[in-house]
Amino acid sequence: MNHEPRTMNYLIPFFTIIPLGAAFLISLFGKRIKGLPDFLANLGSFSLLALSLYSIFLVIGGRTLVYKVGGWAPPFGICMVLDALSTFMLVTVNLVSFLVTVYCINYMEKYSDKYKFYTLFMLMLAGMNGIIITGDLFNLFVFLEIASISSYALVAFGTEAEELEASFKYAVMGSVASSFILLGIALLYSYTSTLNMADISGVLAEKQPATLVNFIAVLFLAGFGLKAALVPFHAWLPDAHPSAPAPISAMLSGVLIKVLGVYALMRIFFNLLGVNNTILSLFLFLGAISMLVGVFLAIGQWDFKRLLAYHSVSQIGYVILGIGLGTPLGVLGGLFHLFNHSLFKSLLFLNSGAVDYSLGTRDLQKMGGLREKMPVTAATNLIASMSIAGVPPFNGFWSKLIIILACLQVNRFGYAICAVLASILTLASFMKVQKYAFLGKFSEKLKTIKEVPLAMKLSMVILAIICIFAGALLLPLFKGFLDSAVNVLLLNNYKEAVFQAAI
Amino acid sequence: MSEYLLCLFLLCIGLYCVLRKRNIIKIIIGLGIIEYAVNLFLVLAGYRVHGRAPILAKDQEILNIVDPLPQALVLTSIVIGLAITALVVAIAIRIYEKYGTFDITKIRRLRG
Repeated sequence: MNHEPRTMNYLIPFFTIIPLGAAFLISLFGKRIKGLPDFLANLGSFSLLALSLYSIFLVIGGRTLVYKVGGWAPPFGICMVLDALSTFMLVTVNLVSFLVTVYCINYMEKYSDKYKFYTLFMLMLAGMNGIIITGDLFNLFVFLEIASISSYALVAFGTEAEELEASFKYAVMGSVASSFILLGIALLYSYTSTLNMADISGVLAEKQPATLVNFIAVLFLAGFGLKAALVPFHAWLPDAHPSAPAPISAMLSGVLIKVLGVYALMRIFFNLLGVNNTILSLFLFLGAISMLVGVFLAIGQWDFKRLLAYHSVSQIGYVILGIGLGTPLGVLGGLFHLFNHSLFKSLLFLNSGAVDYSLGTRDLQKMGGLREKMPVTAATNLIASMSIAGVPPFNGFWSKLIIILACLQVNRFGYAICAVLASILTLASFMKVQKYAFLGKFSEKLKTIKEVPLAMKLSMVILAIICIFAGALLLPLFKGFLDSAVNVLLLNNYKEAVFQAAI
Repeated sequence: MSEYLLCLFLLCIGLYCVLRKRNIIKIIIGLGIIEYAVNLFLVLAGYRVHGRAPILAKDQEILNIVDPLPQALVLTSIVIGLAITALVVAIAIRIYEKYGTFDITKIRRLRG
């Protein structure tokens, strides 16, 4: 028996140490030394990506690693848990954030105080990585607030009137949601007398089902649902996401709503509280509603980024729908769609940033014929549009296909029809983007525009290549990566896994 | 029991303030009230009747102590609340510079 990877648990805290250290150094020296913020941010996010890719090998075969903070064994101390689901999320987050930081090198030139931007960016990354690896419920709340507060500040980064307004709305709704989450945590603590997530799941499994647990579930659903922008709670997203600078829109839509919302929901409902049919059908309903409402609102938009933001609501609906099915195939589809959506949605936002960088507008009606002048942006945007609309063989097609098949497998025909309908409407609205922005007639006013600089092109092209080949994750060779993440949610042995790994 | 009800009442006051008030400074105060209600609830969750401070001293037998963990949590939560309040107030000041008003119904450039 090989005990080697178990001893590598000292690597786990580095997922938060690296971004926090980078944020500290950037804020300290970034103003005086030119070029240092770019270098440190890229180095930090690259090493995080390398570390998360390496951690795939640590958790291979459903292994769990636990780091005990200060040497206190769970359930007494805080612990950090690295299992297959955490690794899956870490790879998603750090892949997108690395490509976004590469993009920022050129894009953020037009803003002053680049170093403040990178500091906030790294803090947000620290918060997200912290949420993913923590094994303690209150710690999850603290990291959630770190990520949220830095995202409120980043939305207002341009300090124009609209950006401040969007940021204020987002901050008010976000902090009410955080209060609900904290209230839920307080109730859960008073009911179970522990904060360790593995221990809570053990204590709750022994007790009789109680009304209080349902109340806690509702509080968490409202709180994390607002962070995930599910439909009754989605009002902040179409304002906040387009107002941020484009790389931040890519981060917010690409990974932040998934980590703060979907990941936390999955972890708490599947591993802690335990799911039952009521909760699953609530997930299904919220997912289907988000899917349809998001896409109907998106189709009428003329602001490029606002259109994309409404599509985030719609695509998160797919993820929740897949997870809400509760079958192995459904959860697999949901997680795979989460991964794919983070890729193509960040690519789309980076495209909109590239158009904004060259043209200075986000209004689709003022664009046209950009294909000739910006071939790289147009080509990558075509790939991303096809992916989000679910055209084969791009990655979005495979994950939507799995979700629809999973719906049919459990005879949920209504939800399958909703998913197909939303997909068709998505295709329609992205044909509109293609027609108005990239095809069509070239207007005289746009004669002077140029293609974007190298770093921006590079990160868009890499994302587009991954979009084309991400469908390969379903091949038997790589499928273990997704399957073991699904097993963490469905096998119902979170407590045993953590306590055994902590010995 | 009445302490918990008062705590809930405080939460409701805060929610009402956030939802109904037009002045954004009052909304920020409402956020503060919600936070305090939740913090108060956390402290109450750790309270024991006639409990004493959980300090271990020599040759003393302690029978009934309050739960110290929620108090530590509340400290963290207060600091987080301070950060949010500071940020939101800073944004409110910038909003006033741009729009010339604190009235939320007049701050509506984002639509659709």
